[in-house]
Amino acid sequence: MNHLIVMPILVPLIAGLALLLNRDGSATPRRIVGLTATALLVAVCAMLVFQSTDDTIRYYALGDWQPPFGIILVLDRLSAMMVMLTAVLAFGSLLFASAGGDEEGSNFQGLFQLQLMGINGAFLTGDLFNLFVFFEVLLIASYSLLMHGGGKARIHSGFHYVALNLAGSALFLIGVGVLYGALGTLNMADMAARVAELDGDRRVLVEAGALLLLVVFALKAAMLPLYFWLPRAYASAPAPVAALFAIMTKVGVYAIIRVFTLIFGPQAGSLAGLAQPWVWWLALATLALGGVGVLSARDLRTQAAYLIVLSVGTLLAGVGMNSTAANAALLYYLMHTTLVTGGLFLLAETISIQRGKAGARIVRGRAVHQIALLGGLFLLAAMTVAGVPPFSGAIGKALLLQSASPAQQPWLWPILLISSLAAIVALSRTGSTLFWRASSSEKNTDKHEKNPEREQADKGEKPEKGRKEAVSAGPLRIAGLLVLLGASPVLMLFAGPLTEFTHATAEQLADHEAYIQAILVRDSMGDGS
Amino acid sequence: MSLLLIVLLPLLGSLVPLMGSNERRNACATMTAVAPTIALGIALAYMGQVLDGDIPRAAVSWIPALGLELAMRLDGLSLLFVLLILGIGLLIILYTRFYLADGDDMPRFYAFLMLFMTSMLGIVMADNLLLLWVFWELTSLSSFLLIGYWYRQSEARKGARMALTVTGAGGLALLAGLLLIGQIVGSYDMQVVLDSRELIQQDPRYLPALLLVLLGAFTKSAQVPFQFWLPHAMAAPTPVSAFLHSATMVKAGVFLLARMHPALAGSEAWLYLVGLTGLVTLLYGAYFALLKHDLKGILAFSTVSHLGIITLLFGLDSRLAVVAGLFHIVNHACFKAALFMTAGIVDHECGTRDIRKLKGLWRFMPLTTTMAVLAGAAMAGVPLFNGFLSKEMMLAESLQTPLLGGLSWLIPALATVGSLLSVAYSLRLVRNVFFDGPARDLPRTPHEPPRLMLAPVMLLTVICVVVGLLPALTMTALLEAAASAALAGDSPELHLAIWHGVNPALLMSLTALLGGLLLYLQRRHVFAFQRQFRPRDARLLFEMGIQLGVRIAQRAIDSLENGSLQRYMLWLVIAVLCVAGSALTQTSGLQGPLENQPLDGLLIAGAIIAMFAGLATAIMHRRRLISLLMLSIVGLMTSLAFARFSAPDLALTQLAVEVVNMILLMLALFFLPQKTPQESGAPRILRDVLLAAGFGGIVASLNYAVLTRPLESISDFYLENSVPGGGGHNVVNVILVDFRGFDTLGEITVLCIAAIGIYKLLNRLRLFMPSSDADGRPWALDHHPAILGTVAQTILPLALLVSFFIFLRGHNAPGGGFIAGLITAAALLLLYIARGVDWTQQRAPIQFQPIAVAGVGVATLTGVGSFVFGQPFLTSAYGHFHIPLIGDIELATAILFDLGVYLTVVGSTLMMLANLGKMTTRHRPSKNKEQA
Repeated sequence: MNHLIVMPILVPLIAGLALLLNRDGSATPRRIVGLTATALLVAVCAMLVFQSTDDTIRYYALGDWQPPFGIILVLDRLSAMMVMLTAVLAFGSLLFASAGGDEEGSNFQGLFQLQLMGINGAFLTGDLFNLFVFFEVLLIASYSLLMHGGGKARIHSGFHYVALNLAGSALFLIGVGVLYGALGTLNMADMAARVAELDGDRRVLVEAGALLLLVVFALKAAMLPLYFWLPRAYASAPAPVAALFAIMTKVGVYAIIRVFTLIFGPQAGSLAGLAQPWVWWLALATLALGGVGVLSARDLRTQAAYLIVLSVGTLLAGVGMNSTAANAALLYYLMHTTLVTGGLFLLAETISIQRGKAGARIVRGRAVHQIALLGGLFLLAAMTVAGVPPFSGAIGKALLLQSASPAQQPWLWPILLISSLAAIVALSRTGSTLFWRASSSEKNTDKHEKNPEREQADKGEKPEKGRKEAVSAGPLRIAGLLVLLGASPVLMLFAGPLTEFTHATAEQLADHEAYIQAILVRDSMGDGS
Repeated sequence: MSLLLIVLLPLLGSLVPLMGSNERRNACATMTAVAPTIALGIALAYMGQVLDGDIPRAAVSWIPALGLELAMRLDGLSLLFVLLILGIGLLIILYTRFYLADGDDMPRFYAFLMLFMTSMLGIVMADNLLLLWVFWELTSLSSFLLIGYWYRQSEARKGARMALTVTGAGGLALLAGLLLIGQIVGSYDMQVVLDSRELIQQDPRYLPALLLVLLGAFTKSAQVPFQFWLPHAMAAPTPVSAFLHSATMVKAGVFLLARMHPALAGSEAWLYLVGLTGLVTLLYGAYFALLKHDLKGILAFSTVSHLGIITLLFGLDSRLAVVAGLFHIVNHACFKAALFMTAGIVDHECGTRDIRKLKGLWRFMPLTTTMAVLAGAAMAGVPLFNGFLSKEMMLAESLQTPLLGGLSWLIPALATVGSLLSVAYSLRLVRNVFFDGPARDLPRTPHEPPRLMLAPVMLLTVICVVVGLLPALTMTALLEAAASAALAGDSPELHLAIWHGVNPALLMSLTALLGGLLLYLQRRHVFAFQRQFRPRDARLLFEMGIQLGVRIAQRAIDSLENGSLQRYMLWLVIAVLCVAGSALTQTSGLQGPLENQPLDGLLIAGAIIAMFAGLATAIMHRRRLISLLMLSIVGLMTSLAFARFSAPDLALTQLAVEVVNMILLMLALFFLPQKTPQESGAPRILRDVLLAAGFGGIVASLNYAVLTRPLESISDFYLENSVPGGGGHNVVNVILVDFRGFDTLGEITVLCIAAIGIYKLLNRLRLFMPSSDADGRPWALDHHPAILGTVAQTILPLALLVSFFIFLRGHNAPGGGFIAGLITAAALLLLYIARGVDWTQQRAPIQFQPIAVAGVGVATLTGVGSFVFGQPFLTSAYGHFHIPLIGDIELATAILFDLGVYLTVVGSTLMMLANLGKMTTRHRPSKNKEQA
């Protein structure tokens, strides 16, 4: 019996419950539990990725009810990659949070684990209704985390976030209902098989249901014109939460890829690829909007939020291109953008702590203490998100540009390249203001005045007590930053094998016949491993 | 492999200076110089092989999917540039050691410089189009860091950003261009591309590709109209200018022209675009060089002008012109680097670079003066210096071009004018600074710089003179090798010599020299003429442009995102209407094969009541209590509908949920501000009514269409397997706790998180507590009426018993953990309401969070338990047991799972209530007391 597939859900669930049982008491044991569980999750996911590389599609039948009747979790290259990505992102964010941010409100560590459970469940499930359930888990957990630490801005933007997403959930239910009404099944592989045998009249119903789901997924992914909840929510969220949220939009992107390549693959006849034209044009608009937003940002966090919008536009444009090459390219880009934009939020927080009153606003202010470290990391982050080589951003961008068909090139190339330029212009402004434009006199007085405070802060950080904010980033924060931002050079160095992996993933996605076979055609009581 | 080292060593070398310190400057400089010296040695070792016509190549696979490999080549062209970059780079390292002031951070400078050097080497040695682009962008970035080195100065920051923006934009264009070329050729391998001239030029994509590549080259090489960034890059420390604007950065653009020459050149588009751009740039730069007062400004514009010369040469349809272009690249690099370093020395020694203040420096620094005179002569193109040779080749080649048809004579004429201007500004530079009477009012009294600082200048000047005197001996071999690379074939035979006899080119040269002298003497007329124009500061304009762009972007975003949830919802609804509408319009009719069920009076009445209540909820939204009651009617009708259509479980659940919901909603509404915002205007109401109707219509149509079609679904399986597989007769419950128990696990997790989330939210929130309702009537003083309290206490045990019963029978008859939990919760809620939070908590000091969490935990552990039996998560087991006294009983593990559900529901619901309720007591959070 291979229980490994369910572990990315069970590990954070059990850890989360253990952490939530008692919400009071010292922070250190909670941190140890949280970090250990997340480290374990990374290990589990790495094993899953390794398993997936033999190109077998495995499933795990919950309650031993075989598909299409029971709920299954499916492990293929794509789901393995997504949970792995989530685990790494979570580990970096949690390291950062464990430096003190987690104690600014109650229950952070436990909710963080449950959030991970929701995300992993959404990536692994092979059942459309179960996907809805996990969407709920991750929505409600993310809302709670968004509120962490309190404050007017968070509650305001959080309300928009939760209201829009609850409306999205209602739509999800309607969509699933319509699809079930027309297809009579919820297992995605079974749905894919049944779509092929649809008569003309039900086809329309299926189309309507599918497009409703597209709206829901687009809302989650923050595609124009449904992205409105994102910028303020991400900009006001606590940094480690915002960092983890970098994967949330990707859940939407993933759902679009999964549902619309599997259920509405080539076997679906006239319904094949029904989402892609909508996605393509709106993605281009999102991409352009992201560029405008990045330029307009007055605050580094907001800028990072728009960089997320930009990356979503880029990813969805890849989805809209609807080819194996484009899928392979976008999956590489997805890994890069998730980790690096997540890291950017952590970096914004670190910078803002050191700049005192000026915070993350892009205005002249006090110089940061660790200018070499933070400046270097900012340079790295900016280069990679703006797509300046040699880091992962440029590789992903070039892959996407390359995979556009001649008919798509005249649209994608200018928009993507000009958005990149907007990002370069905006980030060079931000960087030079944050790091270079600090007035020298202020810095000198700073040095004299701040030194005692800094020492105090350094001392204060070691016992990790209370909510005392260290002025200099301590080892945990730096470790978190390095895990996420350091991913970029790693993704660059191993771009060869990684692109090979994403290419194989895209091919596996395209071969949806194999997927259906692996899940539906079985000897009656296979153990599903 | 050692080929790769030429690039890798400087890359590693960029880390070396970081190990040095600002205090030990000699050590830092020496350490830094090690890597490039070795790299230069390796390059020289390859020299013989390359000059023989070999092209050493080395490659390491990197990203096959992208067609990007770490491939390097060292052909003649690369070699020429590698020698320039490393040679001049080493001189710059030496020079910098003396240039930087004590306060300047030396390790940082050297690190950036080495990074830049690496990227330049990468460009010139790249054997793969995309690799070339990678290094290309790196030069933009590292030059940004170098130009912004003195980052406290506003000019440095702005100049750096301007350079990055312009060259970055060019880099993106170049990427697009190279990708196009790669797609035409089907490979990014440099050799393949260079060999595919026919293929490329016959493709319809040739023109866009050419334009994009040229855009990259021209922005980098500061060709008109992209010249404006270069003069502002002079805010950099002088060694940076000397390096970037003589041998490297700006030469990357012309290098690209030479590199891609075999593949792209020769077409009409190429000739016009490249030739004319070069010509215009040549004149533009030379004219403004004459007018500038800043030493580095003069040199900057002169650089623009000389780059124009090189570009023009690559744009002339002649093989010899390409050779001349390459030759001029070398010459310009030498004399311009020397002149920049001289300017730096002058600046260093005198404290100013303003040519109007500098005078007669030869008295103080004779050696420097000599160097400046010699290098200046080379720049002016005086015979016996290297500049003369390449310039004369340029003039000779310009005579041959038929580019403009009948007007082709314009090209040599304008080229001569350009040379004339260059003589004039060189003369002005040298004479005004070093001669022209005694110096006055200098900020500092100058003297000769340290010998070692002057040494690089001397070396370069010597090269200028030696090449000028012995061109054939020194340059032929290298140039021929480079030219054969740039021309993809044998180089034309070179006859480098000082004297070619009296020919038109010589006459043009002489005209330029004499004319330049004349112009220099009469320069005040030019200044007077220029004064009639309003001066334009490119930096200001650029900054304004960027600011404007940012403001427009901000306005666009602000007008799109106005912070109104209504608007965001509107988009969501519109999206639904669009997509679902587009699908539904394709169907011929909604009615499926099934007949409508017969209507009866009860159904109609129920529907009318539900609709009425729904409408009333919306219309009465200002009177919250009434609105809420109306909402509860909708809920009640829904439960009845469930009951009517044979779904007792759902009916029970809905009923219980409705009760709990109403109480929580009332509590929440209590805290909302008494005054609601202004009522919407008529147009908005109309809009919303239409949208709501449209949305409702779509959902109703979908429902109708689904319900009138026969359903062939997997539900039959559940009906058949409920008893044999799940051990229960209530299929709904078996689905909840067994078939789809995983969904339930997820949902109770949601419930648990929601409760914890509410705690988290309220825990810090300090809400205004109203003392009266909207009409100003105070709330009743009797908070806990005695009758209600008594009733609640009486009901409690009864309700608990009922819920226990419902829970137990759940697996076989309507009921189950969820409903039972809701009933328990409702009974406890009633007690809370009747007796108040304080009273209840005193008597039952229960923490609800652990209960809710434990509930999920029990459900999870039940699932994990099946691991022991080698079964997948949540696999159920059931069996008949005989228990004494009670008798035979059927027990399923599902009941444990259901217990988890029960606990979660009770715990979560009460946690929500208790926390909302607490807000009304003295335990409410206050500003002073913050819980961790």
